[in-house]
Amino acid sequence: MLKVTKYVLHDIVRNKILIAYTVFLFVLSCCMFYLDENPDKAVSSLLTIINIIVPLVSMIFTTSYFYNSYEFIELLVAQPLKRTNILLGEYIGIAGSLTVALIIGLGIPICMYALNPLALTLFYTGILLSLIFTSLAFLCSVATRDKAKGMGLSLLIWFFFSVIYDGLILGILYSFSDYPLEKTVLVLTAFNPIDLGRIIVMLQMDVSALMGYTGALYKTILGTNWGLFISVAILLVWFIVPLLICVKIFKKKNL
Amino acid sequence: MIEINQLRKSFGKLDVLKGISTTFEPGQVISILGPNASGKTTLIKSILGMVIPDSGTILFEGKDTSIDPYYKKKIGYMPQIGRYPDNMKIGQLFEMMKDIRQEKAHDEELLHQFDLPSMFNKPMRTLSGGTRQKVSAALACLFNPPVLILDEPTAGLDPVAAEILKAKIHKEKEKGKLILLTSHIMSEVDELADQILYMMEGQIKFNYTIADLKDITGENKLGKAIMEYLKAETYVESN
Repeated sequence: MLKVTKYVLHDIVRNKILIAYTVFLFVLSCCMFYLDENPDKAVSSLLTIINIIVPLVSMIFTTSYFYNSYEFIELLVAQPLKRTNILLGEYIGIAGSLTVALIIGLGIPICMYALNPLALTLFYTGILLSLIFTSLAFLCSVATRDKAKGMGLSLLIWFFFSVIYDGLILGILYSFSDYPLEKTVLVLTAFNPIDLGRIIVMLQMDVSALMGYTGALYKTILGTNWGLFISVAILLVWFIVPLLICVKIFKKKNL
Repeated sequence: MIEINQLRKSFGKLDVLKGISTTFEPGQVISILGPNASGKTTLIKSILGMVIPDSGTILFEGKDTSIDPYYKKKIGYMPQIGRYPDNMKIGQLFEMMKDIRQEKAHDEELLHQFDLPSMFNKPMRTLSGGTRQKVSAALACLFNPPVLILDEPTAGLDPVAAEILKAKIHKEKEKGKLILLTSHIMSEVDELADQILYMMEGQIKFNYTIADLKDITGENKLGKAIMEYLKAETYVESN
């Protein structure tokens, strides 16, 4: 398994998109921390951007890289290696390099400017989001043979979670505004990894007090250690389940 | 050595293999022939575990191939179209294969005969189709495996390289290896193989040694013998 990872990494370090992504994150985080006197404010600006960029780049990069390394996978499948190990080796290589990009691009600026629990929470959720969207992208790539379809599907998933889902929740809130919906919304939010990640970070901030009654509810439920534990557990489920399904499909895939 | 039982495979509505059963023994050179889209490559890919059959089993030395992939250590495979990672250089590719298979190169004869070491610094994406074929052939033989599976080995090779490869196949046959090959060049099959497995529309049409086939039909040339055999068979079927 790690043999496969080794060769994926060997290929990926020269990848220009990944380098650009790392540099972009680094410059962005440094600028934010440098421009804002209050590091907490910088974190909240960063949160907005990270929540869009990290899932998007993870999705697109993974999908395109997976299809481009199709030959490599074909070559490996004819060798005495288990299919599960081939796929997981690829996953570790890709997810690992995206994580390293985040460590360099976000982790280092945080250490330089604002080493506090809030910024670290942002960093950890960023890493979880990378892992989650890499595994969703793997699922898309393994499920479809056609590159254009796979790419379209990943973009759709990203778009769904970052835009459409929130719209739907707002729609529900608006249509059923006569009913007490806080708990429903809370549950619904938990099904969207991006929203959940955002809430985990926001609850560490003072601004959560500004979110009104819903915010207060989030704070009482998710703000506790127990709530944090559940949120992280849900994020881990988001990361592991698609990967397991992906392994299952890949075992039966014809190359 | 390889035993195939009632192998079936369909891609969507298209039935590619409709119940193939046969056995391959060491020391045989078997040529899998058949018209385009008759399921030859699918059969080969099933043996290699690249295509997962819908039903049926493939036993390699008595062990089910779907359980343990380590039987592939004993197979050298040369694909019809060798596709390799673009950014990798030839030398790196060979190093990687040795590393992945955890074996040393046992047989570098083809590697040197094709003069590949002089091109070790060329990235795979810049290679011509013929050079890729040379790389595939050298890789298939590199670990001196007891089974060689060659999918249209000489297609795209220049005449000199094709002769080198044919000589190599002869040599490997003398060592008592099992060699499966597909080809559309009858003279080459006649020269290399001793047995023909003829496939048609996903089924085995016939499985004879070349000598038997020539005897049955009374033809001296393999291509003609096959034509005669098929003609006779259609004649029998239509009556």
